[in-house]
Amino acid sequence: MAQINVNVDGVAYSDDVEPRMLLAQYLRERLGKTGTVIGCDTSNCGACTVHLDGRSVKSCAMFAVQADGHDVTTIEGIASNGELHPVQQAFHDTHALQCGFCTPGMIMQSIDLLTENPKPTEAEIRLGLEGNLCRCTGYQNIVRAVQQASSGGGES
Amino acid sequence: MTAVEERAAAEVGRPRKRKEDRRLITGRTRWTDNLMLPGMLHMAMVRSPIAHGRITSIDVQAASQASGVLLVLTGQDLAEEQGSLPNAWPITDDQKAPPHPAMAVDRVAFAGEIVAAIIARSAAEARDAAELVDVEYEELPVVLDLDAASKEGATLAHPDLGTNVSATWVFDSAEAGSGSNVDDAIRDSEVTIERTYRQQRLIPGFIEPRSVVVDPTHEQITMWSATQIPHVLKLMLALTTDTPESKLRVIAPDVGGGFGGKLQVTPEEVITLLAAKRIGRPVKYTETRSENMVSGHHGRDQIQRLTLAANRDGTVTGFKVDLLADMGAYLGLVTSGIPILGAFMFNAIYKFPSYRFTCTNVFTNKTWTDAYRGAGRPEATYAIERMMDELAAELDIDPLELREKNWIKHEEFPFTTVAGLEYDSGNYEAATAKAKEMFGYDDLRREQAERRERNDPVQLGIGISTYTEMCGLAPSRVLGALSYGAGGWEHASVRMLASGKVEVITGSSAHGQGHETAWSQIVADRLGVPFEDIEVLHGDTHVAHKGMDTYGSRSLTIGGIAALRAADKVVEKARTVAAHMLEANRDDLEFEGGKFTVKGTDKSVTIGDVALHTFAAHDLPDGYEPSLDSEATVDPENFSFPHGTHLCAVEVDTETGEAKIRSYVCVDDVGSVVNPLIVEGQVHGGVAQGIAQALYEEAIHDESGTLVTGSLVDYLVPSAADLPTFGSDRTETPATSNPLGVKGVGEAGTIASTPAVVNAIVDALRPMGINDVPMPCSPHRIWQAIQSASSGGQS
Repeated sequence: MAQINVNVDGVAYSDDVEPRMLLAQYLRERLGKTGTVIGCDTSNCGACTVHLDGRSVKSCAMFAVQADGHDVTTIEGIASNGELHPVQQAFHDTHALQCGFCTPGMIMQSIDLLTENPKPTEAEIRLGLEGNLCRCTGYQNIVRAVQQASSGGGES
Repeated sequence: MTAVEERAAAEVGRPRKRKEDRRLITGRTRWTDNLMLPGMLHMAMVRSPIAHGRITSIDVQAASQASGVLLVLTGQDLAEEQGSLPNAWPITDDQKAPPHPAMAVDRVAFAGEIVAAIIARSAAEARDAAELVDVEYEELPVVLDLDAASKEGATLAHPDLGTNVSATWVFDSAEAGSGSNVDDAIRDSEVTIERTYRQQRLIPGFIEPRSVVVDPTHEQITMWSATQIPHVLKLMLALTTDTPESKLRVIAPDVGGGFGGKLQVTPEEVITLLAAKRIGRPVKYTETRSENMVSGHHGRDQIQRLTLAANRDGTVTGFKVDLLADMGAYLGLVTSGIPILGAFMFNAIYKFPSYRFTCTNVFTNKTWTDAYRGAGRPEATYAIERMMDELAAELDIDPLELREKNWIKHEEFPFTTVAGLEYDSGNYEAATAKAKEMFGYDDLRREQAERRERNDPVQLGIGISTYTEMCGLAPSRVLGALSYGAGGWEHASVRMLASGKVEVITGSSAHGQGHETAWSQIVADRLGVPFEDIEVLHGDTHVAHKGMDTYGSRSLTIGGIAALRAADKVVEKARTVAAHMLEANRDDLEFEGGKFTVKGTDKSVTIGDVALHTFAAHDLPDGYEPSLDSEATVDPENFSFPHGTHLCAVEVDTETGEAKIRSYVCVDDVGSVVNPLIVEGQVHGGVAQGIAQALYEEAIHDESGTLVTGSLVDYLVPSAADLPTFGSDRTETPATSNPLGVKGVGEAGTIASTPAVVNAIVDALRPMGINDVPMPCSPHRIWQAIQSASSGGQS
């Protein structure tokens, strides 16, 4: 067992974890943060995407112990005072989700993309979401959602 | 627009944002794998690494003694109670099928088959212990190639069966009386086109892996499962495991996509049920993605041998289809019927005078196949739409003109096809005209000619798909005639609560389709109550006690209509109470906007007033049963037949073989639309999956039967960067078989898009003497076709 101190969605946790426990498992099984989901075992699908110190990571591709001393933000920590995050709102407005399983990861990745590039072109959005798979939407409305959230969007 | 104005408008037809989004975008979801129950144990599977062999020994001693392990199960342990997994669609009286144990007892027939299960305190401990199970096999020869498996003297996938052929099923228009003899047509034709196409094996690829939790600690056993079919599953589990149906409750909570892949009674569900019963504690099993790839059923996998007969003016005179369909190692719930769903669609939108379809279902030592989005109809549509392009090329006629020459004109509906179905409505001219205009068809043809003229290394191809399909998997009497094991009805109930709020219970359990929103819109209009006041409940056999679930683009046309009928019954019950309250005659009341008004007066009560009055029951008509709640079971009178025209422009780099979609336009006619936002989303996702078949995806086994595309690294589910933006629009020709005029939409995009893309690629390359590229049309395959053609060979 290894001790970790980690801040998740604004709350400090101190826990003993097995060294092999994945961050995704820690979030889901120990903290009950089941908004973060696991879709594959090869880090291809991106459903487990969260933020580590404000940058997106695939939480199934790192160990919980690697999050020691860091801030983790999940899909459950981005709305504030009952107000949806603009990217969450945009996903709702543009019908950018169907079954919703990829959605937490897709939203977290979209936020990261917009942090890095606030006015992305359509091609930049598509490339920026390459590591997150959606089987329902064909991505078209996800691209629209990111465009809406980027406050007007860039050239397509 | 203000909220008041919004409510004044009719709900049906509005692009309502979805009710179900809130929990999904904030992470407050109820996926099966989220569940944690007191005392819950975890299960891991041991799977066969070989495709065919006898199990000579299983040593579970080390696993049994491993940390946290409570129980180890082998097939021998379950042999008495596990029964055989159900096949609900025996297509012929003499269909052959091997027993299908949930856990292999003495022989495995595909790589990935379960041979043991570990139940432990944690998922990690269960998986650790699974590594310690020592299974010895005596390997048997494998048969993997579909064509080879179908031949006399082939290696047998199941030696005890004596053959690899499960069944042969024939539809002949001359015998059915729906057309003439196809052999005569071919003999008398001026031109015949013969082609063989391969529908490669696909993997459904829903993003939520399957998961199941069973709690046996109550009088009724509860199963939560990531399934499309809680109701069918409940019945099938009862039948296969000898559990009284009344002792089972099945819940499909939030389910992360299905696409037919969760239309199954799985070995994992049966084993989890049996393990939980045996140990008396809740048990959870969640598959890994790698397990999903080998053990979740696959789709497609057919060889199509096709002969199209025509006159030189382009009039098609007959179509003959000889199909080999790969079942894989076993028959799942509807495996054997999937190709049969295509039997009625090879003639598509055309007026062929003769048609024969012969399908041979064949076993191989691979993962079994079953429903995958479109299920039989994408294969059929691909075949005919590719063949129409081949005929057009042979006759040097524009492929759209050739189609128009043969399709059913809008004034000819209703039209009984050569396959015996009655198409109720359609307007192929309108959809095609709109698509041509959006696409810029004539301009693209001009550009194509210019590129050909100047020998541009990047050639332009234009692909067409004018599809139709049959949705709804109904009516029941038709399913009965096809030996399908169940009906095609759907059930709904509407509860008028005392406070005027409404609960709609539907037997059609959604997994991304947006039923909660669409059903609310339908019922809001019928009851005249606000959209927000309606709650749609589904996916729990305690709550929605009757249902046939969600697949085959059936939900709206059957389940949505059931909700409508139930709501109308509520209004009729309420009318009696309202008349009593208003001291008027029932017949003198009109009902509009949620209000009963005595004609010609301003005396009125709302349906909410009536609900409260009925709840109190202090003053009701004599003998009146104090409830407005109503239910309806709807058996549709016909399938629904959406159609549309999809046009695809592809740029093919003849030096690298890369095919890039430059534009994709689709105009779909799904009849009247309840929610255009949801319809558009279904089209986008469907088109994406069809493009994926055309360009990217294929499940490949090596010569020993190991799935080499066993992860998302090797099996290429397209990302946002791999797909274009689609131009989509609609025409609306209402269905005449239901009161809303709606048709199915869930599978249309997938059915339509694959041939549009491949037709475009072949169109780009045809001047080089190429008339086919096998799917998926990877750069390598296109490059190979070009090399082969330029060195004088045919592709």
